[in-house]
Amino acid sequence: MGSDADASRPSPPIGAPSATNTVLELDDVSVSLGGRTVLEDVSFSLEAGEFCGLIGSNGAGKTTLLRLVLGLVTPARGTVRTPLGGRGPKIGYVPQKISLEPDMPLRARDLVALGLDGHRLGPGRRGPAQRAAVDEMLEAVGAARFAEARVGNLSGGEQQRVMIAHALISRPRLLLLDEPLANLDIRAGQEVVRLLAHIAAEQHIGILLSAHDMNPLLPVMDRILYLAAGRAVSGSTDEVVSTETLSRLYGQRVEVIRTHGRVIVVAGTDAADPTHDF
Amino acid sequence: MFAGYLVNTWEAATIVAVVAGVAGFFIVLRGAAFAAHALPNGAFAGAAGATLIGANTILGLGVFSLAGAALIAALGRRARQDVATALTIVVMLASGDLFLSRTSEYAPAIFALLFGEVLGISSGQVVPTAAIAAVCVAAVLVLYRPLLLSSVAPDLAEAQGIDTRFMDLAFLVVIALVTTMAVPVVGSLLIFSLLIGPPAAARAFTDRPPVALGLSVVLALLSVWVSIAASFETNLPIGFFVGATGAVWYLAGHVRTAWAGHARHPEPARARRAARTPRG
Ligand SMILES: Nc1ncnc2c1ncn2[C@@H]1O[C@H](COP(=O)(O)OP(=O)(O)OP(=O)(O)O)[C@@H](O)[C@H]1O
Ligand SMILES: [Mg+2]
Repeated sequence: MGSDADASRPSPPIGAPSATNTVLELDDVSVSLGGRTVLEDVSFSLEAGEFCGLIGSNGAGKTTLLRLVLGLVTPARGTVRTPLGGRGPKIGYVPQKISLEPDMPLRARDLVALGLDGHRLGPGRRGPAQRAAVDEMLEAVGAARFAEARVGNLSGGEQQRVMIAHALISRPRLLLLDEPLANLDIRAGQEVVRLLAHIAAEQHIGILLSAHDMNPLLPVMDRILYLAAGRAVSGSTDEVVSTETLSRLYGQRVEVIRTHGRVIVVAGTDAADPTHDF
Repeated sequence: MFAGYLVNTWEAATIVAVVAGVAGFFIVLRGAAFAAHALPNGAFAGAAGATLIGANTILGLGVFSLAGAALIAALGRRARQDVATALTIVVMLASGDLFLSRTSEYAPAIFALLFGEVLGISSGQVVPTAAIAAVCVAAVLVLYRPLLLSSVAPDLAEAQGIDTRFMDLAFLVVIALVTTMAVPVVGSLLIFSLLIGPPAAARAFTDRPPVALGLSVVLALLSVWVSIAASFETNLPIGFFVGATGAVWYLAGHVRTAWAGHARHPEPARARRAARTPRG
């Protein structure tokens, strides 16, 4: 931490978040897993308050990239910086596969509270301040209704909200979500996306959200990190989602079609090729 | 039955029940029942080996159950934990077989380890039992929150900076210590029912983790107390009563779940019945 770039920037007033503030920086990062290069020369940075979509099809490396940011995967080359400062968990994470057993004696609020202090030793006593923080968080993600329910019995979409509350309660500066829309119907997906965009702006949090379909994110995305064949491009949606850029990334001709406010990426110009709706 | 010589029995059994309730809560939550079955059953090999070289059997139990825990943890890095556990118990049982074939004084000492000698606890046994028990309970309390999170959602724990492999190993060591402490008292066959029955039933009665933990301890205590008393009165083996009370708790838990489910969702039940009624 404390690089030249940080030092040359005027320091923000204490307590107030600065207008621009890098929360994540990947510098020419490559990752190999099981002898295969999964990510190659990925460079990317994210500011606090920004909402970035991490887009790629199955196996493109989305989960790997998020685990890399968490420090659970070590890069073969390049550096990952998360200049967040402070103590405690500063990165919130909502994993792709959520498997909570239905017969666990654990309420939704218990799981959220563990987001606050699950890494601490001792049995711990939670005072009124912690309980209020849990209530507030459950309210903020629209999960107050099932706060007392067994978390394993909740529906996929309800568990998703509890997980988001778990990730956010430690007040992270960076929130990573791995395909949070995969389990949701269209309306619930829109609600979650709107909620996250609101949180990103309100609490000045950088959000990196992975999805295989960029369309639900189009209204809120500030930028996009597009993965294909282990390589990545990033920038504004208009820059990245163009026939030229994506053709270069895929290494083959792809067509970007905008219709009815949706983006469709069509692979190949060959008439026999199937149409992919990413 | 509260006669002087039985005081040791009540004390030792009470200590074992408290520890079984505490450790059992996490065994059930982590789905580690197989390891909790394998270590007590495989550790008898250590006792057999100790008899062979003329060492203390409890020491043999301790060494073997800790080695078993380490082996499960090491193999578990490459394979699923149930496969690692299966390989470990095979190794332990095989060495037990070897040790037993080389020793002549097999029967009573080893047999006691299978079913325990709860009515024959000496006063010298109570203090080491209590000491190991204190270590187990202290370890679980210190690790309570990270252990809870890594049990219910390992990927969340990992992302929150908790070393989930350390948690696996630490908890296996706790099971190994519980084994060392409890096998001479209640036997390797019965410790398993104390470790699983009460916490499995407790889950049905509460949604709160600390309450479930407490209830698991209470049910384990009731199990051993009722069993000692009933065994003393009827002259039937204590193991029968420990198993039976475990089954009773479990059944009560099922009844409670079914009843609560019906009370909370009477509508779907009615709707299902309506759907089965042929229309027209
Ligand atoms: N531990 C591993 N060992 C070897 N290869 C791996 C490992 N983990 C992931 N991979 C490979 O890395 C590639 C990227 O995987 P990753 O899980 O990051 O994809 P993803 O974009 O998240 O896909 P999905 O949309 O299906 O979730 C895949 O081809 C996968 O097979
Ligand atoms: Mg993935």
